[in-house]
This record gives sequence, structure tokens and C-alpha cells, in this order.
Amino acid sequence: MSSFTQTVVAAALLALGAHAAQAASVVKVDGSSTVFPVTEAVAEDFQKSMKGAVQVTVGISGTGGGFKKFCRGEIDVADASRPILKKEMEACAQAGIKYVELPVAFDALTVVINPKNAFIKQLTVEQLKKMWEPDAQGKITSWKQVDASFPDAPLKLFGAGSDSGTFDYFTEAVVGKAKSSRGDYTASEDDNVLVQGVSRDVNAIGYFGYAYYAENQGKLKAVSIVNKQGTAVQPAPAAVLDGSYNPLSRPIFIYVSEKSLEKQEVRDFVTYYMKNASKLATEVKYVPLPAKAYETALEHVSKKKLGTVFGGEAEIGVTIESLLAREAKL
Amino acid sequence: MNSADIPVIRKIIQRNKRWDLIFAIAGFLALLLGVLTFLALFVQMAYTGWERLTPEFFTNFPSRRAAQAGILSAWVGSLLVMLVTALSAVPLGVAAGIYLEEYASKNLVTDIIEINVTNLAGVPSIVYGLLALGVFVYGFGFGQSILSAGLTLGLLILPVVIVATREAIRSIPLHIREAAYGLGATRWQVTRDHIVPYSLPGILTGVIIGMSRAIGETAPIITIGALTFIAFLPASPVGPEFPWLSFEWLKSGFTVMPIQMFNWTSRPEEAFQQNAAAAGFILVLMTLAMNATAIWIRYHVRKDIKW
Repeated sequence: MSSFTQTVVAAALLALGAHAAQAASVVKVDGSSTVFPVTEAVAEDFQKSMKGAVQVTVGISGTGGGFKKFCRGEIDVADASRPILKKEMEACAQAGIKYVELPVAFDALTVVINPKNAFIKQLTVEQLKKMWEPDAQGKITSWKQVDASFPDAPLKLFGAGSDSGTFDYFTEAVVGKAKSSRGDYTASEDDNVLVQGVSRDVNAIGYFGYAYYAENQGKLKAVSIVNKQGTAVQPAPAAVLDGSYNPLSRPIFIYVSEKSLEKQEVRDFVTYYMKNASKLATEVKYVPLPAKAYETALEHVSKKKLGTVFGGEAEIGVTIESLLAREAKL
Repeated sequence: MNSADIPVIRKIIQRNKRWDLIFAIAGFLALLLGVLTFLALFVQMAYTGWERLTPEFFTNFPSRRAAQAGILSAWVGSLLVMLVTALSAVPLGVAAGIYLEEYASKNLVTDIIEINVTNLAGVPSIVYGLLALGVFVYGFGFGQSILSAGLTLGLLILPVVIVATREAIRSIPLHIREAAYGLGATRWQVTRDHIVPYSLPGILTGVIIGMSRAIGETAPIITIGALTFIAFLPASPVGPEFPWLSFEWLKSGFTVMPIQMFNWTSRPEEAFQQNAAAAGFILVLMTLAMNATAIWIRYHVRKDIKW
């Protein structure tokens, strides 16, 4: 046994002394679980196209968790389901991390009900607010309290858990303040739990990203949301593109570190991302941006246009058009 | 005692036998409940995931297309992490156990250590994850690597290994020790030639129980930052150049089976649920295989022990 130990120790010392083998270059991505499906698809195809010369890792620490790692310089690219916030900008600035902000696609937050629910045709943001605001806790328990024309049936709420960017955006858009929501509802970070819940209860209502609705159309019904212009609009790619599905559509982003852009493999990855985002986003049920947006984004990468066009504020109802206009001005 | 008492005694015997039967049935039902629940879960996973259990499932990387997605990076990751876990926890745990049983004098300090070790076995795994994030990932700079994960899980099962080692040592009859000491053996000689070989079956059982717990752990691994999408394998431990051994893989990013499963269950597409079931089935098989190996080794080691 002791001779075995000696052999192992000797081998370990030899290995440590020898020069480490040249490892393949790695692109590290982490962040939002909402952006994950798009980045994963890009990473998968990119690695195939490079024939294994470049390795890409994608984690899901959430948008906030991703920015934390990003501003510590641990990762090359941050997935984000909302623009970078003031606090995160400061953290990055302190660590000397500069970044390029690239919009990747749009997501439509979808409000869903049970297919057997016959009394809801459309909902206004005010009605949603009545259901979800913190003051509703314990008080608004029947559909009749939301609108007098609704029946006196129990109101069963299903929504995103408080750690997700989806929760942040929905509360900001509906209640008017991010993270401000009633607490007495069925919350889950796993959207499939919400899908199951709503599909089994006639009086249920819930919200999550469009992809989960698109994959479960047989079990769920999407509610038309009355927009700022006063028309009720169903969530759909076309309605997101023309800006009529508001205020529940939101852009999703990747942030690329300036330092990482000096590496060839990161530049290649980002270029591949922008060139294929349209096709791949559609495949994973997100709404792609117009081709022009990706061209502008690539230009920003090559010219190293740093910073954010959102000024660190959470914003509601950004349309693709206004996003394009802002990006062009950067 | 006269013959008139006999019917009374018979009655007592009958009543006692009835209780015997009642307990036997209750015990059997309790056993059945546990076994059947496990069996139902196992069969359900096997049934749901059966179609996905092709050779490609084991040799493919994860993919956004359910039909092409596989568990290659996950099972390799799990295996490598377990290797580091075993290599770190077993020597430390066994040495600590032997020291506490054979060398340490009984005083307040060892009492406190004993209580702590036992308590550590009950600490929630996420706490180990947070500790490891601070110590291994950032403190020692190991990063989000196989090394960090293996050491974290090693720490997690260390108390289990220590306790198992001590139990195994305690089951060795005292007269064996006394005979050896009587012949003039030193403590180290007694430990090396008698204590360790005789307690090996018990220690192995403890190690495998610990490892079976570790392989299914997700929380501490996620805390230290295991990845969800990874479509490459860590560097090979065997290289073409001298010295033919490389430890580059220890620094590699990784994913493990439970994380891959979790990722698949939270996908919108129904087809991924099948993948998750198939991965779960394999994970259970891996655990069962580990347990089977332990039983086999135990059997063979025990055969050689002649007291």
C-alpha cells in the first residue's frame, strides 16, 4: 500500500512539474434562465461550427447573479432578461469592467387561464393590478372583486418566484414597482409547475414567458391584454414586433465584457450569436429582432460602443422600434 | 399450578401470539410502503424514459433538441466529481476515525470533537455549498471546477465516513487488540495489521452510503456554480506526452446528473420530461451499482477475516 502511495505522489509531482497541456479556449456565459434557451442554442451550434476548437459553457445564476459574476470578471458574457441596473453598473465600474450591450430577442410575458374558463375574454392592466398588488393580499379572493361582471368564483393565482427576472418585470409593468406583489399565491421558479397548476384549475390565472405557453397551447388559453392604445391584443410574435402587445413584451440581452472581446474566441462567439440569433430565437419560441437590429449590434461590437442605452433604470413597454432608435444613437 | 389453570395459560399464549402476528403484519406493511413507493417511482421513470435509453443517450452532449440530447457531460462529470470526493473524504475520514478510537485520550476536547462530528452529519447540504463557495472557489482560487465540487462533497460525507469508521472499529473484539499488545506490538502495528483490515467492511459500507448521498446532491453543487450547458469533456487525465498523467481536468467546468435532470424537468417542451426520466433512471442505477459494489467488496473482504 505504501509503495502505491509513493507512486501516486510521484506521478502527481511529475504532472505538476510538467507544463500543462494547451487547453482549448473557453467562452464563459452565465445569467438569466430566460435568455438561457437562446444562448444554449447558439452555443450548441457555434461549437459544432468550430469543430470543438472553442468550448462554451452556459450557466443559469439568474440575471442578478450573472451580473455579479460578470462585474467580478469571472465570465465573458452575461445573459440578462432586463437591462443592467444602476447598482450593477457601479459594481462593474469599480472593478473596471466595461461592456457592450446587445439586445438578442423579445419575450412576451403571457397571462394564461384554464381553457374551460369562459368568462374572461380580455384583461386590462388595472384588473391585473387589482389581483396582484400587495394590498390585495388576503382581500381579493374572488373573481367578482376583480370585476363586477365576473362570477363569484375563487381566484387562484399562479406566478413566478421572487428570484426571477420575470417576476421583476411583471410586477414593474402591472403593479408599477418591481418586486412589489402580494405573497399569497402559488409561486414557483419552475414554470412547468405553473403550467400544471393553471391547466388543472378552472378558476386559475398565471403568468410566465411566451415559450411555456407556446409549448402548452392545448392545456392553456392566453388572455388578451388591453394595451395603452385601448385594444385587446393576444400575445403573438407579430403583436410583439409591431409593438401592440404592450406593456408585457420585453427585450432580452447579452452583455459582453470589453476585455473578453480582445479574445478571438469571444469575438467569434458574439458574431455567430448576432448572425444566427434570428433563426435560433424563433426556434426556441422567442420573437427575433428585425435584421437591422443585429447589424447595428455587430457594428457596436466592432466599434466597441460601450455602455447601456437604458441608464440603469427598469423600463416598461420598450418597443422594438424605440430600442432600435436608441441603439442607433449610441 | 394445577390443571385448571391450563385454559387460562392457553388464552394468554394465544393473546401473545396474536400480538406477534399483528406486529409482523404491521412491520411488513411498513416495509411494503417504502419499497413500493420506491418501486413505483423507479418503474414510472423507467417507463417514461425507456425510449430515450439508446446508446446515443450516453454519448451525446446536451442539446436544445430533446431527441438529440444526451447525458455524456453529466455522467462523466458525476463520475469525476465522485472520484475527487472519494479520494479526499476516505483517507481523511478513516484517519480521523482511527485517531479518535485508538489514539485520542478521553477528555473534554475529544468529547467536544465527537459531538461536533455527529452534529456535522446533520447539517443541511446547502450550508456546505456556501462554505465551499467562500473557501474553495474564492479563498483557495480553485474556481467553479471539478476539484471544488469534489472537495465540497468530500466535506459533506466526511462525518459519515468518520462515524462509520468508528462504529466499525468498535465492533472489533477487545481481545484481538489485547492479544496483539500482549505480544509487544506498537499501536501503529496493531492499527495497520488488525484494526484497519478488520474494520474495512464496515468502513466501506459507510463510504458507499456517503457516496450514494453525494451523487444525488444538487444544492451545494449549484451553489458553487456548476454549469447547465456544457458540451465538452474535461481534459483527459492521460496524455500522450511524458509524464502521461495530467491533472488539467480538475480545473475544468462541469455538470452533474442531478443538475442535468433538473434542467430538463424545467423545460417547456414535453419531450424533455422523457429525457429527465431517463436520466433519473440512470442516476438510480448508478447508485444501485455503487451499493452492489460495496456489498461485493464487503463480502470478499469478510471472507478473508479469520478470528
